[in-house]
Amino acid sequence: MHFSVTHSPHTDRPNSVTRSMLWVILALVPGSIALTWYFGWGVVIHMVLASVAAIAAEAFVLKLRKRPIRPAISDLSALVTALLFAVAIPPLLPWWITLIGILFAIIVVKQLYGGLGYNPFNPAMAAYVLVLVSYPVDMTSWLAPRMLDPHPLDFLQTLGVIFGQGVPAGMTWDAITSATPLDVMRTQLDLNLMISEIRQSPLWGDFGGLGWEWVGNWFLLGGLVLLYKRVITWQIPVAMLGGVLVMAMLFHFLDQEAYPFGLFHVFSGGTILGAFFIATDPVTASTTPRGQLIYGAAIGAITYIIRTWGGYPDAVAFAVLLMNLAAPTIDYYTQPRVFGHQESDGD
Amino acid sequence: MHYPSTREKQRRLHRFHGGLHLPDNKQLSNGQPVGQAALPERLVLPLNQHIGTPAKPLVKTGEQVLKGQMIAAAQGPVSAPVHASSSGIVIDIADHPIAHPSGLPAPCIVIETDGQDQWTALPEAWLEFEHKTAEELLQRIRDAGIVGMGGAAFPTSVKLNPGPDRKIETLVINGAECEPYITCDDMLMREQAERVTAGIAILCHLLGADECLIGIEDNKPEAIQAMTRAVAGRGLTQTEVITIPTRYPSGGEKQLIRILTGKEVPSSGIPAHVGIVCHNVGTAAAVADAVLQGKPLISRLVTLTGEGIERPCNLEVAIGTPASELIRQAGGYSDQASHLIFGGPMMGFALPQDSVPITKAANCLLAASEREDPDPGPAMPCIRCGRCADACPVTLLPQQMYWYARAKDLEKVQEYNLFDCIECGCCSHVCPSHIPLVQYYRYAKNECWDQERERQKAEHARQRHEARTARLARIEAEKQARLKKKKAALKKKPAAGTAGKDPKKAAIEAAMQRAAKKKAKLAAEGVEPANTSDLNATQKGQIERADARRAEKTGPEQTSETP
Amino acid sequence: MLTAVIAISALALVFGLLLGYASIHFRVEGDPIADKIDALLPQSQCGQCGYPGCRPYAEAIAEGSTEINLCAPGGEGTMLALADLLGRDPVPLDAEAAEEKPPAVAIIDEQQCIGCTLCIQACPVDAIVGAAKQMHTVIASECTGCELCLPPCPVECIHMQPIEVKPENWKWPFPVNAPQPVAEQLPKTDQDEAKAA
Repeated sequence: MHFSVTHSPHTDRPNSVTRSMLWVILALVPGSIALTWYFGWGVVIHMVLASVAAIAAEAFVLKLRKRPIRPAISDLSALVTALLFAVAIPPLLPWWITLIGILFAIIVVKQLYGGLGYNPFNPAMAAYVLVLVSYPVDMTSWLAPRMLDPHPLDFLQTLGVIFGQGVPAGMTWDAITSATPLDVMRTQLDLNLMISEIRQSPLWGDFGGLGWEWVGNWFLLGGLVLLYKRVITWQIPVAMLGGVLVMAMLFHFLDQEAYPFGLFHVFSGGTILGAFFIATDPVTASTTPRGQLIYGAAIGAITYIIRTWGGYPDAVAFAVLLMNLAAPTIDYYTQPRVFGHQESDGD
Repeated sequence: MHYPSTREKQRRLHRFHGGLHLPDNKQLSNGQPVGQAALPERLVLPLNQHIGTPAKPLVKTGEQVLKGQMIAAAQGPVSAPVHASSSGIVIDIADHPIAHPSGLPAPCIVIETDGQDQWTALPEAWLEFEHKTAEELLQRIRDAGIVGMGGAAFPTSVKLNPGPDRKIETLVINGAECEPYITCDDMLMREQAERVTAGIAILCHLLGADECLIGIEDNKPEAIQAMTRAVAGRGLTQTEVITIPTRYPSGGEKQLIRILTGKEVPSSGIPAHVGIVCHNVGTAAAVADAVLQGKPLISRLVTLTGEGIERPCNLEVAIGTPASELIRQAGGYSDQASHLIFGGPMMGFALPQDSVPITKAANCLLAASEREDPDPGPAMPCIRCGRCADACPVTLLPQQMYWYARAKDLEKVQEYNLFDCIECGCCSHVCPSHIPLVQYYRYAKNECWDQERERQKAEHARQRHEARTARLARIEAEKQARLKKKKAALKKKPAAGTAGKDPKKAAIEAAMQRAAKKKAKLAAEGVEPANTSDLNATQKGQIERADARRAEKTGPEQTSETP
Repeated sequence: MLTAVIAISALALVFGLLLGYASIHFRVEGDPIADKIDALLPQSQCGQCGYPGCRPYAEAIAEGSTEINLCAPGGEGTMLALADLLGRDPVPLDAEAAEEKPPAVAIIDEQQCIGCTLCIQACPVDAIVGAAKQMHTVIASECTGCELCLPPCPVECIHMQPIEVKPENWKWPFPVNAPQPVAEQLPKTDQDEAKAA
C-alpha cells in the first residue's frame, strides 16, 4: 500500500494564528461594549469602518504583491489591527481620518515591510501616532461619559457627525466634546492646582475618570481571559503595568499633590488596553521571557515619563513604538542559557 | 518536585525547560499482552542497522544459514554485526527498500526462511558473568550485534566502553518511553521485567557503576510495579525504580539524566563525561540474552498502533520481517489509514510504502488517520510569538535558528547552537504558523556537514594541484638545466679534432663509425643478427599467431572488396 | 581671516602627522586577500570561470578586475561567501555558472582507451593514473568533476558519471512548505522567458 509522505511531527497541532486572533477579538468585546455604553455609537461605527477598510486595503496590496490573498486575510491580523485602532481613537473622529490611519497601518507599516510577521512597528500604534500628530485637534476631541453628558448623541446623529454632516441642530462642537481625564489632569496640574483639589471635580470616579475606569476594568477582564487561554504570556502585561505603577507610586510618594497616584495612571488612557492587547503584539515585541520583562517595564516607564513631562496626554502609543525599535537589541542580549552550556558561553 | 521512589521515600527530581504535555494515546495498544509475530517467508536484513560503518556480508547467495548465525561482520570500532533471525537460504545480497526518510534502497541480505527456525551453535552460556572480565563481556555484547534499541541504534559495546580514565558512577535505564502511541518498552517491562533486571545487573557489573536509576513515566503504573518487584526479587540493592512525571521528551537521554540526577551533559560531550551511561530497557534485556545465553540480537518488540490499523497491538518480531507482514497480522489497515509512520508521531518519519524491513531500532509502526495526523496546511509567516522557545527542552531559540536557516546563513545558525538541537519536534508542534521548523534544522545540519566535507575536499584538491604545478615546474627546470649543460658541453667539443665541422654531424658520424666497428667485430666472431634464429617455443608460437592474424586481416579484406 | 587659514592648516598638519604615525605604528600584517579568496574557492581548477585555475581567478578578484559570480562549481554559496569577505554586494550567478549540475566524477571506458596520456596531462589534480600505451584510469576519490579531461581525449572514451545518492550521502532538502522569498514566487515575466530560451 502506498502513502503520501509528510514531515514530522505527525500530530494535530493545537495552535494557529487564526485561533489566537479570534481570541483577541473576543477579548476586546467586553471593553468595546463598555466603551459603547459610556461613549455612544462612535466606537462601533469606527470599528466597522476600520475593519472594512483594513481588509480591503490588505487584499488590494496582496494583489499588487502577487501573493495569495485568502490565507493572509483569514489569519484575521488585519481585523485585529483595525479593531485596536478603532478602540484607541476618539468616537467622533471624522471618517476620512480613520481611513487615512488604517490605510497607513495596513499598507505602509505592515505590507510594505513584508506583511504579517515582518513589520518592525506596531501598525495600529504607528497609525495612531500619525493621525495624532497630523490632526491634533480632531484627535483630542473626546466625549464625556454618558453619566456626565447632557446631550448624548444617538446612532444616526453619531453617524452624521462622523461622516461629515456636522453637529446636530441646536448643539455646538464645544458642547459635545470634552477632554479625557488624563488631559484634564495635565492641564489642571499645569495650572498649579493640587491633586486633591482636582479630584473634587465630578469628572472623577474612584480611581480614574468616571466611565473610563470601568472601560479599563472590562479591558482588564478581556486581558485576563487572554492570559488564561495562553494567547499571551504574563511577562509583558505585568511588566508594563508594573512599570507604570512603580514610577507613578514613586513620584506620588515624593509629592502627593503634584503627581497623581498609581492606580489613576493604570486605569486612565490606554494603559490597560496597551498592556494586554497592544504591547503584547508578538510580531513587534521582544520574544525572550527576560527580554519581555525589560520591554514591558520600559514601555510602562516611558509612558509615565511622557505623560508627566512630555507633550502629549496619553503616551502608550509613543512608548510602544520606541520600544519596538529596541526589541531586537533586547532579544540579542537576553538569550537564555542553552542546556549543556555554561552561563558564560557567549552569543 | 518530589516523586515516589523505591529506595528513598522522597527523591528530589529535577526539571528541564520546556517540553509538552501530549495526549499519549497509549491505551490503543497496551490493552493486551504481547503477541508473537509469525515468521515471514522472507527476511530482509539491512547491513547498516546502526550508527557507524555498515557490516560486511560473510555469506554468499545460495548459502544455507541457521538462526543466530552471524551473516555480516562488524567493520571497524563503531560497527555491529548482523545475524540471521531464522534459518533458511540466502537468496539475494543487493539493494532493497529500507525504512529511511530518503526512501532510497540500501544493501541488504535477503533470507528465504525454511520454517525450521533451527538455531546455530551458540557460544556457551555465562550464567556466572561476574567472573568474566569487562573485555570478555564487551566482546560478547559486540558479537551479539546489540545496538541501542530506543531508536538511536548506537553500538552498545562502544557505549559501554567509555575509556579507562572515565569513572562511571551511575547507570541510567531509560524506561520513560515519552513518545505518544509507543508502548513496546511498557509491555517489555510489564511482561519481561526479570530479563530487563538481569541485563541491568550485567551492565552494572560491567561498568562498575555505584548505582542504577530506572526512570519510568508515571503513565505506566503496571510497568513500575513489575520492575519494582523484579529489582527487589533480584536483590539489586543499588538499583532504584523512579517514577518521573509524564512530559515529552523526558525520554531523551540528556533530559532523563537531568531529571534523575540534576546533571547537564555538556553540549559537545556525552553522558560519560559526567559519569553516567544511559541504556534503553530493551537494550538491557538484549544484553541479558547475549551474556547469559549467548543469543544474538535477532528479535524485538514492535508496537503497531494508530487508528489506521484494525487491531493495534505489540508483537515480538524477528528482525528483518517486512512491515507489511506485521500489519497484516495486526488485522491490516482500517479504512482511515492515511499515513504510515516509522517510529512515533513526534520523531518518526513517514514511509511511502510498507515493504520495508523491521530493523534493530524499529520500535513502532504508526498507521495514522487523517484525524490523528492532519495536513498542517501551508506554512504562514512566523509571527515571532516565541512559543517555540518556550517549548524547547534544550532552551534554544528555534525562532532565530529558523530565520537564519531559511536565509541559508549557516554560520549564524551554528552560533545559535544548531547542533544542540535534538530534533524532538516540540517547536514545530506548538508553532501557530505551522512552520516545519525541524525540517529547517535538519536541512541546516546536513548543509553544515556537507560544507565541511566540501571544504576538506577542496583543500585536498588544492594541495594536489599545487603539487602537480610544482612537479611540472620541476620537470621544466630539469629540462632547461639539461639543455644548458648540453649546450655548454657542445661548445667545448670543437677543440677535439672535428674543429670547423657541424657538431651534430660530427656526433652522427662518430656514432656510425662506432656501429660499423661493432658489426665488423661480430661478423669476425661469426655471430649472426639473432632475432630470427634460436627462437623458443613461446616466441615461435607468437610469430605463428601474428602471421595468422595478418592472414585473417588480409583475407576478409580481399573477400569484402566488391567491384 | 588669516588666523582661520593658519588654524585650519595647522590642524590639517597635526592630524596628517597623527594619521601617518598611526598607519606605520599600528600596521597589521594580514593574509594577502588573494589567499583568503582562494581558500573560499572549490579548487576544481576547471577553468569554467575563464581563468586557468582557481588561484588565477582569486588573484583577478583581488585585483578587482573581475566579478565574483563566475564560479560554477562553487555556486551561490561561494559567491555569497566572496561577497561577504570583500564587502561587495552579492551578484546573481552568471547564466552558465547558475546551471545546477549534479556532482559527478569522470570515468574512462577501458575498452576504448588508447593510452595516449592526453587526459593525464589535462587533469589539474593528477587524478588519472596511467602511462603511454598503458591503460588509463580515473581515481574516483580524487576526481573533482572539473571535466577538463573530456575535450582532449581523441577517442571520446571519458564521460561524467553523476555520483549516486545513497542513504549515507542523502541530504534533507530545503523545506518547500513555506512562504518563498519574493523572487522565487513571482511569475516569470516575458523577459525572463526570453532569457531562458
